[in-house]
Amino acid sequence: MSALRIPILKLQNYLLISIQIDLDDQTAIQFQEDLLNKIHKSGATGVVIDLTSVDIVDSFIAKVLGDVVTMSDLMGAKVVLTGIQPAVAMTLIDLGIHLQDVQTALDLEQGLIKLRQELED
Amino acid sequence: MDFKPCVNIRKEWDIVGARQLGREKAKEIGFGTVDQARIATAISELARNIYLYAGTGKICFEIVDDFEHKGLQIIAVDEGPGIRDISQVMEDGYTTSGGLGAGLPGVKRLMDHFDIISEVGEGTEIRASKWVR
Repeated sequence: MSALRIPILKLQNYLLISIQIDLDDQTAIQFQEDLLNKIHKSGATGVVIDLTSVDIVDSFIAKVLGDVVTMSDLMGAKVVLTGIQPAVAMTLIDLGIHLQDVQTALDLEQGLIKLRQELED
Repeated sequence: MDFKPCVNIRKEWDIVGARQLGREKAKEIGFGTVDQARIATAISELARNIYLYAGTGKICFEIVDDFEHKGLQIIAVDEGPGIRDISQVMEDGYTTSGGLGAGLPGVKRLMDHFDIISEVGEGTEIRASKWVR
């Protein structure tokens, strides 16, 4: 089965992604590649990945998300993860995953505010 | 004991199938959303281990309802290479696949009871249970 593609929307200098499916490994890897290509093509300086509809993040998906944040940073784009559900936050800590270098915000709106502040500094 | 549905793990997509079925079972039994997420995550880790290290295997679900406990037991069985040093794979950060090494120790923390039996060259069986509070 080929991987599903997660839509990546461009808004001014930002890329917005809302993950609304149960992520399998292939889709997660495909998304990583698609996002980096889109950053490269669009010259976006900020990215918000909204996880409001994601009700499970296991160690693999956490690694893919953490890696894509680092990779985007290497390319010069800041990433903020938003909307992490309480249950997801609790399971991540049980798993021993702290995503310490990752910027987060409560929701999409807060995420955009955070990006704007960071990019203006 | 209740009937025992199983999900065969043969391809990567089966990891998603197993955790979705597990979440449904957890919901039926009366687990709250946080414990549903814990159970689904534990299943995902166990199913991925089967897929990565054994190639094929299965994840079975058993509803436990006796005098002491009500809950769900997940049984992950494979006939893969087995684990030589169990204490090593239970250490946080130990990985042979380039992952985070959070899998098995993580499953142990996510669940209330955890048992692992492994025989080199024979396979591995892991039983992990969560009780409804």
